[in-house]
Amino acid sequence: MILNSVLPEASTYAADIDRLFDVITLLVGVPFLIASFLFFSFIFRFKKREGTPAKYITGTEHQYMKWIHRAHVPILLFDVIIVVMAVNVWYDVKQDLPEANSTVRVIAQQWAWTFVHPGPDNVLDTADDIVTINELHVAKDTLYHYKLEALDVLHDFSVPAFRLKQDAIPGRVITGWFEPTLAGEFGIQCAEICGIGHGLMPARLIVEDRAQHAAWIAENSPLSVAAGVEDESASERTRLAAR
Amino acid sequence: MAESIPVEHADGHADHGGHHEMSFSEKYIFPLDHKMIAMQYMFTGMFMAVIGGFFAYAFRMQLAFPGINVPGWGVVTPADYNALVTSHGSIMIFWVAMPVLIAAFGNYLIPLMIGADDMVFPRVNRLSYQIFLLSAIIILASFFVEGGAFGGAWTAYPPLSTKAEYSLTGIGSTMWILAVALEFVAFLLGGINFITTAMNSRAPGMKMWDIPMVVWMIVIASILFMLSVGPLLAGGIMMMFDQQLGTAFFDPDRGGDPILWQHLFWFFGHPEVYVVLLPAVGIVADVMTVFSRKKLFGYKTVLYTAIGTGVLSFTVWAHHQFVAGIDPRMANVFTVTTLLISVPIAEMMFVYIATLYGGSITFKTPMLWALAFIFEFLIGGITGIFLGASGNDIYMHDTYFVLAHFHYTFYPIAIIGTFAGFTHWFPKMFGKMMNDNLGKLHFWLTIIPFNLIFLPLFVLGAAGQHRRIYDYQNFPELSLPWMQDLRQLATISLCVMLGAQLIFFYNVIKSWMSGPAAGKNPWRASTLEWTAASPPPHGNWPEGLPTCYRGPYEYSHPDHEEDYWPQNEPA
Amino acid sequence: MSARPIATTRSAAGMPTPRLAVWWVIASEIVIFGGLLGSYIMHRIAHGEWAEYAANTNTMIGATNTFVLLTSSLFAVLAHQAAERGDGKTAARFLYMTTGGGLVFLTIKAFEWTSEISHGMTITANTFWSFYYTAAGIHALHVIAGMIIMLFVAQTAKRNEDLHRVEIIGIYWHFVDIVWIFLFPLLYIAK
Repeated sequence: MILNSVLPEASTYAADIDRLFDVITLLVGVPFLIASFLFFSFIFRFKKREGTPAKYITGTEHQYMKWIHRAHVPILLFDVIIVVMAVNVWYDVKQDLPEANSTVRVIAQQWAWTFVHPGPDNVLDTADDIVTINELHVAKDTLYHYKLEALDVLHDFSVPAFRLKQDAIPGRVITGWFEPTLAGEFGIQCAEICGIGHGLMPARLIVEDRAQHAAWIAENSPLSVAAGVEDESASERTRLAAR
Repeated sequence: MAESIPVEHADGHADHGGHHEMSFSEKYIFPLDHKMIAMQYMFTGMFMAVIGGFFAYAFRMQLAFPGINVPGWGVVTPADYNALVTSHGSIMIFWVAMPVLIAAFGNYLIPLMIGADDMVFPRVNRLSYQIFLLSAIIILASFFVEGGAFGGAWTAYPPLSTKAEYSLTGIGSTMWILAVALEFVAFLLGGINFITTAMNSRAPGMKMWDIPMVVWMIVIASILFMLSVGPLLAGGIMMMFDQQLGTAFFDPDRGGDPILWQHLFWFFGHPEVYVVLLPAVGIVADVMTVFSRKKLFGYKTVLYTAIGTGVLSFTVWAHHQFVAGIDPRMANVFTVTTLLISVPIAEMMFVYIATLYGGSITFKTPMLWALAFIFEFLIGGITGIFLGASGNDIYMHDTYFVLAHFHYTFYPIAIIGTFAGFTHWFPKMFGKMMNDNLGKLHFWLTIIPFNLIFLPLFVLGAAGQHRRIYDYQNFPELSLPWMQDLRQLATISLCVMLGAQLIFFYNVIKSWMSGPAAGKNPWRASTLEWTAASPPPHGNWPEGLPTCYRGPYEYSHPDHEEDYWPQNEPA
Repeated sequence: MSARPIATTRSAAGMPTPRLAVWWVIASEIVIFGGLLGSYIMHRIAHGEWAEYAANTNTMIGATNTFVLLTSSLFAVLAHQAAERGDGKTAARFLYMTTGGGLVFLTIKAFEWTSEISHGMTITANTFWSFYYTAAGIHALHVIAGMIIMLFVAQTAKRNEDLHRVEIIGIYWHFVDIVWIFLFPLLYIAK
């Protein structure tokens, strides 16, 4: 409700995270409003008036303390709700690794993203892999694993429209998943400071429906390029690689 | 004046009360007197705050008006930008919040509030300031070395911070970690002084529950600091060796582990938030009780919640690392512990609001600051829940939402809390009253722009804007016109807020020179420092140290005629 | 500047201020070494191959140094006993002997390190050796600091002044000793 008014939900779990955000907003917003109301009403009600001395309250009296103690019941209850929801979403996104339809490799370095897409054979690390710089192509409604690597320092693969974020650590390959649900072009940011070019790592994420994506794969696979299939997107790819 | 202890000089030396014999340098440059050391910390901290504020101005101008020639700085290059945000964060926490809230108020208030003539180790105290000053000079000097100041964020995650070929600031990185390590040593020395002074040197009759809340809080904060900083100090040495000797503690290419630094850093970093929070909370307790003429609601409750928060703060550090590549199962544990912190903090806030109930409130400048602290910190507190919830943090981590959240905690702590304390104890420190109208003008011109800076940043963060990026024009999703409008609103508010601080400095200088005399106890407060002369002379009570007969917050007591009952007045 | 504030002479907590302070110093030192050794242990568990590197440490030298430090701690206890009796001269003599123990410890360490470094086991050889030199080096700095303070304390104790300091430096010296008791098995014995 709140988040998707400023940013589209483009993955299967984006809506879950947005719902969690809404619930938290409600569960902390209501106590906040009550506390603020009490706070301001006390300030104005107990403004100094001549002839009305302040009360002497130590804060150990049961009649006053009970209100403080009672307030903990909803707070604990809200905490439990938030924890349960948060852990559920977390499990889904980060702990669980559903079976993938395809796998992409994401390599971060100072200061560019390299994306390795499997070619027409849909197997990574074969001769027909498509390598792009700062541009990731994925198909809609397809479950992807990403294998995240860093070559030099820490980076962070962040796709706000997917509500996805994961640090990349040199020397490690971190596997996670996403499933795009919305076709279009979205932004990718680096979310871990990585040197003076940290602000210069914008990459594009292009989600197409399956047929279009398959066509893109077919056109850009190095094997088909080598076979002499020259077209706009291939030269586009060269241009991107040169950048 | 209730007095049972005659003045005696431990070595029969005429040093006490004999400050007329001290040379200028003994009194002002190398002082042993706790009040003068407190002033050194206070004004060094304020000077660093001006620098930190100027850095914020420089990089906020770049964000609002990308590429412009920022007046007073010039064009902000990417390297400049990183150095500015890194130094802003480091300076505001280590060289502003800590020296002012812990060292300045701790040094000034602890001996005065517990009825002692000085800290127990005056020379350790002086050494602590000198090391601190050295660390401040090093961090500022790092801007002028080859490669410039360190730009790897105040968290200094390796390998960026350890390898010069990646950070491009070989010397700057080492100067940063050296400065931070020296600052830690300074505060370890200071902390030992605060803790032992409060434990051992209390006035006769002052029992545990008679200690004013601010003293308690500074002591608890010092203990928290002492127990959390050690691993990071060790980590700092390891980092320095990685940078300069070529070891590989944090280098994954040669068998090291970069995540280890994150654990060491946040094991300190999270308790550190409470290290600076607690003194501010203590200041607010003292100010609120005085200006509402109320006893603090639930003295022991406040104390227990502070201790509870402190203990819990050691168990939550990995909520800063949810998406950092730690074992994802760990996130579940840390979500639970993090949300548990809401219980003691909420209790503390309730107790403070309850203290207002039935009061007789006057809105002097210090009280406005204290009330603002509660309200603004409440916002900072509740927005933390969003980030502690692991599932939501996948999205929120490292966005401006985080940035806005912790500015809503640190700003009330370091700025609002400091102004509350400074305006409250100014009459004691300088013997003059501050101009209340100017104080209120300064208050409103600080508080309103503060909210206008950071409320827009919550929105930008929710829209997916990440931190530490020097120009959002490179990101189509982040360069929409309404976003740039919000950035400009934040920057212009910042400029207004920084400009408003001139009112404060004018007020301080004007009041110091020509304000009306304050007298011993202008606020009619009951704690011991108000029984000393304003400003207190060397030795604090040359006529003899006070004795304590009751708790610190006996306001409007039914058995007492006046609405305050000084701690040193015999029953 | 030798006037001591009245604050220093009070003891509301029931323990003399200097002794209270040294315990807090030790508390903060424990977490420093705790952080360092905790990091080492975590690495050690993750890297089985470190046992091979650790095999190159000389357990005999480590054991000798442990014995030397324990003996010096014994002298520190004797110094404290003498100070309790008010016998500053004897206390100072025992403090000198404690300092001598520290010196022997450092001398042995110097020979040990020289031999190791000349065999290529330097601080940059690998992370085990980095930890080895860092942990033992920081400990050695504490030994040196303790020796310097001890010489100052011995000077005043000789004149029967400030005899309470003998106990304070003794507590600190025992702590330095105990740190070594942790370092020795972790760096030398665990293979």
